[in-house]
Amino acid sequence: MRLFSRFLLVFGALAGVLAVTLAAGLRQGLLALLGIGFGAVLQGARFGFTTGWRDFIERRDPQGLWAQMLLMVLAAALTLPLLAGSGGELVGAVAPLTISLVLGAFLFGAAMQLADGCGSGTLYKAGGGSPLSFVVLPTFAFGSFLGASHQPAWIELGGLPAVDLLAFGWPTALALTVAGCSLVAWLAGRVARNARGDAPPSPQAVAEQLVRTGTASFVAAARPAQSRWATRWWLGALLLAVLYLAHLVVAGQPWGIVYGMGVWGAKAVSALGWDLSGDAFWGVAPHAQRLVEPILADVTSVTNIGLIYGAIAASRWNGAPKFTAPSGRRLAAAAVAGLVMGYSARMAFGCNVGAYLGGIASASLHGWVWFALAFAGSIVGVRIRRRVGA
Amino acid sequence: MDKERLFRTGFAIFWLVALGLLVLDTASSSNIRVEPPPIALGSGQAASGGHCSGR
Repeated sequence: MRLFSRFLLVFGALAGVLAVTLAAGLRQGLLALLGIGFGAVLQGARFGFTTGWRDFIERRDPQGLWAQMLLMVLAAALTLPLLAGSGGELVGAVAPLTISLVLGAFLFGAAMQLADGCGSGTLYKAGGGSPLSFVVLPTFAFGSFLGASHQPAWIELGGLPAVDLLAFGWPTALALTVAGCSLVAWLAGRVARNARGDAPPSPQAVAEQLVRTGTASFVAAARPAQSRWATRWWLGALLLAVLYLAHLVVAGQPWGIVYGMGVWGAKAVSALGWDLSGDAFWGVAPHAQRLVEPILADVTSVTNIGLIYGAIAASRWNGAPKFTAPSGRRLAAAAVAGLVMGYSARMAFGCNVGAYLGGIASASLHGWVWFALAFAGSIVGVRIRRRVGA
Repeated sequence: MDKERLFRTGFAIFWLVALGLLVLDTASSSNIRVEPPPIALGSGQAASGGHCSGR
């Protein structure tokens, strides 16, 4: 029975890719396939940007942060030489350092802890059957549409122009990116070591050490099990970096999430009678044209759809996923957080994928600003999360 | 109906409706064919897709 259900999942994936190829061309079919890969890896490795940060904020567990930094370094190493030599066929995620970036990233970081998922997290968890992310998805799409609509006004508040480190040559850009990621990883490890040194070992760690050594002199040498870097984290980073490279080569641009969700929101409100012809964002080229074109012709939309399917398939590969019902209060908070996330992601030129991963891997300074502000927002978000009983 | 079954039913209906809307959207704009070269790298064309970084 399980073999048959796996066959159906693979068959569904191939049929979907074929359908997209027939409807929108080979590039879109390839992007759908890559999207399925992203979803399967994110779900299979439980590669959560939100969880990685929360683990560090609450328990000083650096594994998620290390994995994210490894992903950034690998993605930058694989793509910066290509970006530099492509002559415009490939472009990076580069954005200005505006006031809207600062505000938007902070809000996004706080909201993603309440919604229990960022851009990619919401998609893969919704596909994986999480009731919370399922509720977040539509409000995220509406927020993304609305945020894009207001984005020109936010940008007018001012700021600094984009700083693209590729202007100094790709070796320098890569060296600076590697140095930045290494510094974050080292700081995270140092904080974690200090925290472990201050706290007594957990009962679980003590029991594990007892079994391992069979001696009573375990306390001094005891290292909690979490000090090992779980395979899922580094393997997830490795696979995501390869997929990120393939996406850039096929699409000509870095992997993104939020733009596509905004397109879905804009198409939905248009269908309900909202006239967007005079809209400051959706009413002007090239965005207005993308609302006329089919959703399957949009790069981020088709990758997102593939991602959701990949997560559905990965979560059901070994049978039906576990179900836990959140409280109504928690669902309501998540729905509001989804709206804020979608809106603020457009203020901040993207989410954890388009701005954080894409920005840093493209050697754009806005990626680092996004990281700093979103992480600060997450510290606040984790506190609010405790209050709403998550 | 317990909560889990209710959610799983809603989950299936939601994705079926989403799939239906996607098919409807594709069918209603079938006269528009935007088909760039299969691989951007080496295509000789500038990247033109929408991205959250502002394009």
